[in-house]
This record gives sequence, structure tokens and C-alpha cells, in this order.
Amino acid sequence: MKDIMIKVDNVVYEYKSYIEDKMVAAVKNLSLEVRKGEFLVVLGHNGSGKSTLAKMMNGLLLPTSGDIYVLGMNTKDEDKIWDIRQKAGIVFQNPDNQIVATIVEEDVAFGPENQGIDPKEIRRRVDEALEIVEMSEYKKHAPHLLSGGQKQRVAIAGILAMKPDCIILDEPTSMLDPTGRIEVMETIKKLNKEEGKTIILITHYMDEAVQGDRVVVMEEGQIKMEGTPREIFSQVDKIKELGLDVPQVTELAYELKKEGMDIPEDPLNVEELLNLL
Amino acid sequence: MIKDITIGQYFPGDTFIHRLDPRIKIIITALFITSLFFINKFYPYLFIIGFIVLAVNMSKVPFKYILKGLRPLMVLILITFFINIFMTKGEVLFELGPLAVTKEGLRQAVFMALRLIFLITGTSLLTLTTSPISLTDGIEKLLSPFKKVGLPAHELAMMMTIALRFIPTLLEETDKIMKAQMARGADFESGNIIRRAKNLVPLLVPLFINAFRRADELAIAMEARCYRGGDNRTRLNELVLSRRDVATLIVMIIFFSLVIMTRFI
Repeated sequence: MKDIMIKVDNVVYEYKSYIEDKMVAAVKNLSLEVRKGEFLVVLGHNGSGKSTLAKMMNGLLLPTSGDIYVLGMNTKDEDKIWDIRQKAGIVFQNPDNQIVATIVEEDVAFGPENQGIDPKEIRRRVDEALEIVEMSEYKKHAPHLLSGGQKQRVAIAGILAMKPDCIILDEPTSMLDPTGRIEVMETIKKLNKEEGKTIILITHYMDEAVQGDRVVVMEEGQIKMEGTPREIFSQVDKIKELGLDVPQVTELAYELKKEGMDIPEDPLNVEELLNLL
Repeated sequence: MIKDITIGQYFPGDTFIHRLDPRIKIIITALFITSLFFINKFYPYLFIIGFIVLAVNMSKVPFKYILKGLRPLMVLILITFFINIFMTKGEVLFELGPLAVTKEGLRQAVFMALRLIFLITGTSLLTLTTSPISLTDGIEKLLSPFKKVGLPAHELAMMMTIALRFIPTLLEETDKIMKAQMARGADFESGNIIRRAKNLVPLLVPLFINAFRRADELAIAMEARCYRGGDNRTRLNELVLSRRDVATLIVMIIFFSLVIMTRFI
């Protein structure tokens, strides 16, 4: 129990569908445990309930039934909600819609300001957070003049300045160009490896999923597969059945194997495939 | 074209006027406006001119820049000028058809036009030398005593900040939607006014829908970052009054009191 960051216990989330006028379950009887310091990837295509799950993990949405605990605090407990949001920060898809202030450092300061932290301490945290995401030289800039990847890193810094233990990222790269995606992924890995933050990355990019410690595949509000990236992507047929892709390299190896080539295991990146061949 | 719009037209610099606390600057501007409306003779205008010239010089904002701010309001100034010239009764100087120009009218017209010009130059000096952020901070701080009577000072300031933050984003989006609609044959440039207004509908509808979606996402993101209104909130850069600020304020209060007094002597 001690090293559990977030515990999702048999959670159902229902909302009212506007089209058919009935209750629809976005998440169905889902249970999941996220360990401290883990890099968990949640995969799934649109409408699989992964964003709903992310929003429930820091109390923005409350489960219809079941409970979610962040470091042992139930998200339904109103007295704890601000502690929960401080411990489990969330970064959203569109960087433009989560930056509040007109200057980078003012935006990074927004979280700690809300927590009522001493101005001197805020200054220290802002500088530190911008240092970690490598955006220090832009601290006096206006956010709308930055590139997508830079804006998303500012958004991450904004969460970091609240000193969370866990950072949930809800498709942080889906609106970025390839360079921006690489920048943000590097930052996320750095947070996990160097800063020891628990990372929950929600994505539908396979090459990002490969970089996690553990992958959970969601479909229709339920977990369909779970395991290390290698375990997951070795089951090429099952993945395709769920409407997802495997990384291109894995797919190539899979096709080669089908054609009778002798490839002992499933590679996850280009280097691995090269070594195998 | 659409990117040229700058709100508040802040002219960055690091002069005495720029560094002055925004609260002090707002109060001085308020004093300035009040005294302008108290003046009822020509000679106190010399004080006002002196004040403006001194302030502009200290702020190192080019005079051209300030005069540029007058241009869009020229029409208003001219209308005021002519209404006063023709509508004031008194000793007739000469007649233009049915309209009579009176001595009092001429005096009144020049007086009012000058008042407007001073009003605009003086107040634009405030926005030119104060960044939008410190301006909102100043307004929030100045209004905070009225919180007790239910004035949402913090919320007003937050709204202004968010508005300022989203102006460039929405302008960019307008540009994008315009291009997308033009690519599909929309015409924003020809026809009379009514036609043009009608043609704006395919631009405004997506813009509004997107703005609402943005607002919704921003609200969630703010909540996720522990935003719960102004209570117990601290600031990264707290406004602190320096001795210099207080001294400036006192000097200015004395100065404008003297200007106002000219009305009664």
C-alpha cells in the first residue's frame, strides 16, 4: 500500500448522452494501481475512456461508483481535493488553452500562487521548474510567441512548480509537430528518470508508448491488455483487433516473420531490429 | 494586418515613469482627469501642458507616438469643436449662412478641444508606460478595499488578464478561419456594408464556438491547478510601494490641488 501512487478501485463513470438521451458508461468497472516512480502509458483510441480516467485521477470528475485514491486520499473527499490536485498534476492536450498569464514566468507561478505560497518560494520554484523543462531563457516571453512544443513545456513547468509527486499527461503531444513531440517526450522522460516523478502518459502514439515501463490498453472503458511494452507489442494480432497500431519497426519484423524470416523476438525500435538482423 | 493591433500600446522602457508603481500612476491619472474638468480658464492649461511635456520627456516615449493616439479621436474632437462654435450664444463675430460664430463660441470650442486633447494624451501616457499586467495588478490592488461591499476585485483583474492573454490567440484563429473560408470561396472584401456584414457569419460562428470551447478547457485547467478565487492567493511579484512612489504621489497631489484651486480664485 505504501508505494502506491494512485489506486483506481472498480470505477464506473457514466454520463448522459445527448444523442440518445440515456446514460452511457465511459469507464466500466476499471481497477488499476499506479506505483510510485512508475512510467505508465495508457493507450487507446478516441472514445476509449482514457481522458475520462485521467480527469478522475485528480478529482476533476468524480466516479459514478467505485473509488479513486491518490496517495491514500479519496478523490470524493472534498477536504482533500486541493491536496490531491497538488499531488497529481495534469497537463492537457491543447497548450493554448491551459496557459493563463501573458508572461511565461507568471503562468508557471499560477499554481503556487493559488496555493498561497510565499512569493520568495514561488520565485525559487518558478526558476527551478523552468530550468527542468529547459525554458529559462524564455521566462519573460509572451506565451503566444512560443512554438507548440515550447508552450507545452511551459504548461508542464506550471504543473512542476506545484511540486506534485505524479504528473498525468492527457495526450500532450497530439497537437504538436514532430519536433515538438520529441521535445516534450524528452522532458517527460527526464521528469521520470531524474526528478523521480510518477508519470501517467495518455497517448495514441505507439512510439511514445514504447518508452514507458508499463502499458495499459483501454477499449470501451475497460482495460483490455496490460504489461511491459514488449509484452504488449509482441501480440500484434490482438493489438490490431483493438483498432490500434504497433510501432512500425515491430510491424515490419512481424511481417518479415510471417514471410518465414527468423527473428527471435519483437523489436521495439530501429536499433533493436538492426541488432536482431 | 490583423496582427498590428496592440492593446494598450505599451511602450517598453526602464525610466522613472515606467518603474513607478502602477497604483500611483492610476491615481495620478485620476487626479489629472479630475483637475482637467475643474479648470475653467485658459491659463491653468499651462500647468497641464507643463505636466504632460515633463512626463513625456521623462518617459522617453516619442511625442510622435502620443500624437498617433490622437488621430482616431480627431473626428470626435472636431465634432466637439464645431458644435461648440455654432451652438454657443453670444456676441456674433460673423455669420455663415444660418450659422453664427460667436466670440463666446470660439472661446468655448478652443477650450473644449484642448481639454479633450489633454485628456487623451495624459491618459494614453498611462497605458504607454505601464504593461498590461502591472496595470491589472494595480487595478486589483486599488479596488480591493471595495471587496467588503461585494466588488469582485480579484475576479475583474483575472478576467482582464485572461482577456489580454487570449487576444493574440483569437486573432490568430480569426486569421486561420478567414483563410480557410476564403479557400472555400467566401468573400470578405467586396459588396456593400450589409453584404459584408452578412459574409462575416461563416467567420464568426466557428470563432465563437471555438472561443467557448477554449473557455471551458481553460476553466478545467485552472481548476486542475488549484485555482479557487482570490482568497489566500499570493503573487509572484507583489506590488511594494517605495519611498519614491509615495514622494511622487504627494508632489502630484499638491500640484493638482493647486491646479484645481485656480477655479476658485
